[in-house]
Amino acid sequence: MAKTHVTMKVNGAEVEGLVEPRTLLVHFIRENLQMTGTHIGCETTHCGACTVDLDGMSVKSCTVFAVQADGSEITTIEGVANADGSLSALQEGFRMMHGLQCGFCTPGMIVRAQRLLMENPSSTEAEIRMGISGNLCRCTGYQNIVRAIQYAAAKINGVEFQEAAE
Amino acid sequence: MIPGPFNYHRPATVADAVKLLASLGDDARPLAGGHSLVPMMKLRLATPEHLVDLHGVEGLKGIRRDGNRIVIGAMTTQHELLASDEIARSAPILHEAALLIADPQVRYRGTIGGNVANGDPGNDMPALMMTLGASYRLEGSSGARDVAASEFYQGAYFTALEPGELLTSISIPAPAAGHGYAYEKLKRKVGDYATAAAAVVLTMASGKVATCTIGLTNLAETPLSAEDAARAVIGTGLDAATLKKAAAAAEAIMSPAADARGPVEYRKHVGGIMVTRALTRAFARASS
Repeated sequence: MAKTHVTMKVNGAEVEGLVEPRTLLVHFIRENLQMTGTHIGCETTHCGACTVDLDGMSVKSCTVFAVQADGSEITTIEGVANADGSLSALQEGFRMMHGLQCGFCTPGMIVRAQRLLMENPSSTEAEIRMGISGNLCRCTGYQNIVRAIQYAAAKINGVEFQEAAE
Repeated sequence: MIPGPFNYHRPATVADAVKLLASLGDDARPLAGGHSLVPMMKLRLATPEHLVDLHGVEGLKGIRRDGNRIVIGAMTTQHELLASDEIARSAPILHEAALLIADPQVRYRGTIGGNVANGDPGNDMPALMMTLGASYRLEGSSGARDVAASEFYQGAYFTALEPGELLTSISIPAPAAGHGYAYEKLKRKVGDYATAAAAVVLTMASGKVATCTIGLTNLAETPLSAEDAARAVIGTGLDAATLKKAAAAAEAIMSPAADARGPVEYRKHVGGIMVTRALTRAFARASS
């Protein structure tokens, strides 16, 4: 099958490659670009481990073809840290609140949560839970992930993070 | 999992898309959000030789008011539907239902056109469109035609779409101001298809139900319009006996498949409960 030339901006850098039409975006990112932070979990659009930000939308990159992302802007987990290399509010939140155990779902969780907080920086706990409902975690029971996102939201909004009483 | 090989086409106009679909024939499939088709391709249950991606087609997006009708372009995503003030104001049942479809990532990509055109009995929007009295604009190489949602579904994955035809927009008569509405969906987890779901739109006059339509999702090979159940509640104040009668009338037309979501008897039973809950909630919301 003839290959197609694609270009896109990934984490601010122009990249290009030759892909078959059937190449999934997640494979292009992991194999062509050698950026393996974006994980492949279920491969069936359920788990959200492969979530990347595509032109302002959280998408499961296992269910988008790389040719469809031609000309787009993409953010992956490799692109979420602050410009000076320090941890973003969300990364810090996941660290401080123990938002991960095995860490497999974390890249998808953070990339998704980043878009969620951009759209609604004052998300309530219920909105956070619905907002990450496309991301599965099998370790944490979600409690600490929700706290991590609440921590980041507080930091972004410049207020002190206060945990709800148990 | 990697799909089989295919040729990728990205037309810029409806005319070009229709021309491609007509000339490529059965080997081609239109690609909307891709969240039904791409997983099927990865499982090799679908092996189209050509995909006609509709993302570059102008004029397939957007929500607009056309007099008393709401017109939604086929490539409008569920996310855009949720963000629309027009939908929230004029047809809030679509807002309520879209929130119950899949998950946020899928809603950024999944389109209303794909949802209604695929003919998957598990999709939520078809029964809603029947409940709202919507019609679909189908465009093919020999021109355009409008088909009522109630006439569109013929069997699981079988619809009134002719080969080479594309569903380009959906037209919904705006429900009356003050109407009551509800979509009740039982599912095993976030993102799942319905075990059973019911849509209700009704209006009231002098404390009684004046008009009512009821749609059912995933309780047969096609979405169903529960006409006898709707007739049973018109003219009543929706007392307990009426609710029971309506649920029984709805259950009588259900013929769900036995699958991982439960045996037939269970799905019919919870289908009746969804009808009861949707009627109750719609009734409480309607202004008399």
